[in-house]
Amino acid sequence: MLAWTIYISFLGVLVLMLLPKDNPRAARGVAFATAFAGLVIALVAYAGFKAGELLTIADKAWIPTLGFRYQLAADGVSLTLVLLTGLAAVAGILFSWNIEHRAKEFFAFYLALIGGVYGVFLSFDLFLLFVFYEIAIIPKYFIIAIWGSTRREYGAMKLALYSFIGSAMVLVGMIAAYVVSGAETMSLVELAKFSFPHSFQMWAFPLVFVGFAILAGMWPFHTWAPTGHVAAPTAASMLLAGVVMKLGAYGCLRVAMTLFPQGLEPWGCTVLGFGSWRDVFAVLAVIGIVYGAMVALVQKDFKFVIGYSSVSHMGFVLLGLVTLNTIGVSGAVLQMFSHGVIAGLLFAVVGRMVYERTHTRELPMLEAMRLSKMLPFAAVTFVIAGVASMGMPGFSGFIAELQVLIGAWKSYPALAIITGVGILIGVAYTLRATQKAFFGDDTTAAATADADENSHGHEPLQPISVPERLGATLLIGASVLVGLYPHVLLKIIVPSFESPLFQWIQKGGAQ
Amino acid sequence: MSWIVKNLWLIPALPVLAAGLSALAPQRCRKFSAGLAIGSMIGAFLLSLCAFANVLGHHGHGEEARQVFNVTWFQFAEGSAGALQLGWIVDPLTTVMLVMVTFVGTLIFIYSVGYMAHDQNFTRFFTFLALFAGGMLGVVIANSLLLLFISWEIVGLTSYLLIGFWYHKPTAAAAAKKAFITTRIGDVAFLLGMVWLYSQTGTLLFYTEEGTGCMQQAALTKLVAQTTGVGMAVSTAIGLLIFFGAVGKSGQVPLHVWLPDAMEGPTPVSALIHAATMVAAGVFLVARVYPLMSVVPEGSTATPVALQVVTWIGAITAIFAASIAVAQNDIKRILAYSTVSQLGYMMMGLGVGGVAVAMFHLITHAFFKALLFMGAGSVIHGCHEEQDIRRMGGVKKYMPITFITYAIGMLALAGFPVLFSGFWSKDEILHAAHGWPVSHVPFYLGIAGALLTAFYMTRQVVLVFFGSYRGGHDHNHSRSVSKSHGKKAESSHSASEPHESPLVMTAPLMILAAFAILLGFIGTPTWPWFQTFLGTHHEGGGFTKDVVSLMIISSAIVFAGLGLGWWFYGRKPIAKADQPDVLETLRPDIYKVLENKYWIDELYEKSVIAFNAWFAKVCDFLDTWIWSGLVHLVSYVVIGFSWVNRVIDEYVVNLGFDQGCKRISLGGGFFSRLQDGRIQGYLRAIGIALVLLVIWLIWGGSGS
Repeated sequence: MLAWTIYISFLGVLVLMLLPKDNPRAARGVAFATAFAGLVIALVAYAGFKAGELLTIADKAWIPTLGFRYQLAADGVSLTLVLLTGLAAVAGILFSWNIEHRAKEFFAFYLALIGGVYGVFLSFDLFLLFVFYEIAIIPKYFIIAIWGSTRREYGAMKLALYSFIGSAMVLVGMIAAYVVSGAETMSLVELAKFSFPHSFQMWAFPLVFVGFAILAGMWPFHTWAPTGHVAAPTAASMLLAGVVMKLGAYGCLRVAMTLFPQGLEPWGCTVLGFGSWRDVFAVLAVIGIVYGAMVALVQKDFKFVIGYSSVSHMGFVLLGLVTLNTIGVSGAVLQMFSHGVIAGLLFAVVGRMVYERTHTRELPMLEAMRLSKMLPFAAVTFVIAGVASMGMPGFSGFIAELQVLIGAWKSYPALAIITGVGILIGVAYTLRATQKAFFGDDTTAAATADADENSHGHEPLQPISVPERLGATLLIGASVLVGLYPHVLLKIIVPSFESPLFQWIQKGGAQ
Repeated sequence: MSWIVKNLWLIPALPVLAAGLSALAPQRCRKFSAGLAIGSMIGAFLLSLCAFANVLGHHGHGEEARQVFNVTWFQFAEGSAGALQLGWIVDPLTTVMLVMVTFVGTLIFIYSVGYMAHDQNFTRFFTFLALFAGGMLGVVIANSLLLLFISWEIVGLTSYLLIGFWYHKPTAAAAAKKAFITTRIGDVAFLLGMVWLYSQTGTLLFYTEEGTGCMQQAALTKLVAQTTGVGMAVSTAIGLLIFFGAVGKSGQVPLHVWLPDAMEGPTPVSALIHAATMVAAGVFLVARVYPLMSVVPEGSTATPVALQVVTWIGAITAIFAASIAVAQNDIKRILAYSTVSQLGYMMMGLGVGGVAVAMFHLITHAFFKALLFMGAGSVIHGCHEEQDIRRMGGVKKYMPITFITYAIGMLALAGFPVLFSGFWSKDEILHAAHGWPVSHVPFYLGIAGALLTAFYMTRQVVLVFFGSYRGGHDHNHSRSVSKSHGKKAESSHSASEPHESPLVMTAPLMILAAFAILLGFIGTPTWPWFQTFLGTHHEGGGFTKDVVSLMIISSAIVFAGLGLGWWFYGRKPIAKADQPDVLETLRPDIYKVLENKYWIDELYEKSVIAFNAWFAKVCDFLDTWIWSGLVHLVSYVVIGFSWVNRVIDEYVVNLGFDQGCKRISLGGGFFSRLQDGRIQGYLRAIGIALVLLVIWLIWGGSGS
């Protein structure tokens, strides 16, 4: 059943290819129907899901000579991310309703990307996972390079190269694991049972972890993220921040940490104060949190602010993962969901609601436009999204970050304190961007408005359309639902950790 | 368990619901949204009275009167230790606070109907106001540090929205941002304290019926027994982190800078947020976690370190802010600094005397300070949005009701003996400070603060209400100031003389004035009902010699302050608005320091903010040049290498090949020309050769 999320997406690609060329209406209709069906399937699967189970969806021999299988399965973690993908896909199409230029191809690439992402989240065979992972990268490149804006070829190429370098590292680690285990299988469940030699894990773990973490925007391998986000068209930024970055974090959790848990153990010596890879990644995560927020604070381009905020928020995911306890890891998974929804919304406001109407993202120019008067809906949406993004209670981000902090406090109290500083700067850059972009200074605004009226009159901005309103409501609703009642997701996430796949997680509550 | 305990959540839920409904209502539904907000507050007030009656009806006080109701919110790890619970509590502390907040809140809401009558965003204002009230009531009922924190953040957010309500004024937008970020600094400490507390005790509930709450004996004993790296007990460290959150919200030194700037918001907001509720939330928080702050190892009789810090911060804030208030000229800013100073007294009261002492002053202060702010709002309104007290004067004549009520509030704040509530509650604090075993300095600071309080309030009242009106002469100034208020200023601009405010604004003033007098009598030394109700062990020894002598001293101080104020400002009322202040002519150096608020803002600007900006720039630089630079370097190396390859390819390999080919083809061409089959060519060649041969033969033949 859940496998149909993948099939239907690729089916949608096929249908789109058969459509006549100049019919954006039909293309967008097909795309929306496909994405919506994906979301419905995910929701139905969620409703029927028994907490704690590993739901096998498909398991067939694929390349028997090598022992690769076509194995799809889902546990609570995958399901959470599948739900997120469904949400982000639907919202992304709602926010690209106005695409006219080569709409057919745009939506075809879009659905191919979505299909690949679904595939990654559902694959339980490493080789299959890797194939889907690569499938997801290629459409991304074309979407940015063809429909993007600022330095799109550059952004697209940078993103693609980073992704390929990451996947090369992952591929090496995967093949090594396949060879070393000697079990002639790529099945995650089987490989996780095999205890790899300690020395092997010590180098395979960081290799695969970093390979995936590049895509999760881990500092200092994050520079693809802001440029890629900025260059991408709205829907692609939403997907990029919303789900593609999650692919990386998911890979870290599902592959690197599951297969090579001993790689997290202490080295037995300290280098520059680091005693293990775990320390290294924890510190990199926290640097990412503070550093991303700092850089976001001084950006002039509105979209760069959001781009760097993504780096900062993904730091919470990585920090949550290396806490290695239930609270922290479940917080990391929740943060993946939360950031996917909130960052998607932020990019939607900046890219679709503001940029496509004003044709500028420069904060000083937006400041003079008094957008809160002209686009009140966009202003309200951005305020809500900003508040959610700064970790206000009532939204999903608060719960997730609280869990990560509690989890981190046990292992790294000092890092938890620095993270607090990051949260603080998060407030500062969000307020700064909000006030500059929407609630511009009255006096300068009045002056320019007068000048405009004198010269050529003020062009009224196109009002916010219905699909945009729907999309914003959908994403805000998801964040508030999880924020007020986190149990909806935690009830499937937490019991998953009982599975032998997650035996490396330290169980139990606070004490 | 009675109905009210189970359904206490309704009290914050009512205003939040009202806020939600009025957010969905169109802007023109002004009556609907105001009515909804006021109705919800009245509902909350009635429910609070129920809760209050419930506690009163309970036998016993303090601990015994406590009832809690807890629910599991969500489960983030397996087992009971992985559950996060929320809950609410009915005890004297909560109910007293509930009744005060809902009562004062209702009055402020009613007053706002008049004050905001001409504002075009009237509906939005009431939405925010109701949401704020919901958050504040959530703070009060919480039996879980987490629920308290959540509500606390809602309070912070709505206060940001309300301070920045007139966001088209750049100063208001900046003040809102400053308030939010400054209080957030405290909140992050609070959050970390909470995280720490949770990882130590495994619960964030204050009290449970089984005794497993984090404010109960078992947990406290465990916390006080552990020490941190620097030798401080864990309980102290957590207590101080939480206290830092309170420092932010209650505007204590060093995070006081946001509160005076927050006066950019509409005046009812100042009355509600910056007098009665939000700023008091910090004091309430410390009162709520008082068991944690005051716990000491068994057998020890030393004053807990956390409480010492609270006392010192409070005492320093009290005198510090009072001294700044002396040299301010904005009517609301004076009140703001006065609030900071009074909150300092409350903190000091917590440190030296415990919950009951501080809460008594919190309650009385809430009433008379709300009264003062709303009176100031009425004056501002009457004087056409003028806020500078030098441009007022003689307002007594035009606004009699406002004058009388304001005077009552001022005397209560100054602590005028016997008649006014502020006297009783402030004396409690001073009395406790006098008996503090650690040091007597806070007591003297408190006394000095009281003198300054009486002095600056007299100065303010004299400048505003006495003398002659100084505002009419150059009205251009006030017009330019009030221009940003838009319509409102123009509509009230018809008469240039001050006018009394409508009944909807003065009625709440009268009610609050009555309470500013009466409230003092529930906590006098002979009848310390309030203190016993809150359940701390209070001797209540009546007017002993000790108490009376202290009262005489503090009365003398108050009279001295009032007298000095009158001597400086009342004898010869200033005639013109731009005349320098009496203090300024007397001691220009000191005045300058005070007028500039000790340059604390500038100091922060130059240190923390500058550092932050610098660091952000550095990170940005790193990102654009170093990290991107590295990536670019790598890619340029690759590109450069490819370029070299291309050069070699094009110029060496290709060119060599091409050149070779060209040579061959040239050579071929040359040789082919030799045999191109044209007879003339052959004949020419033969002819030339023949001629050359003949010449050579002739030449050479003759030569040899």
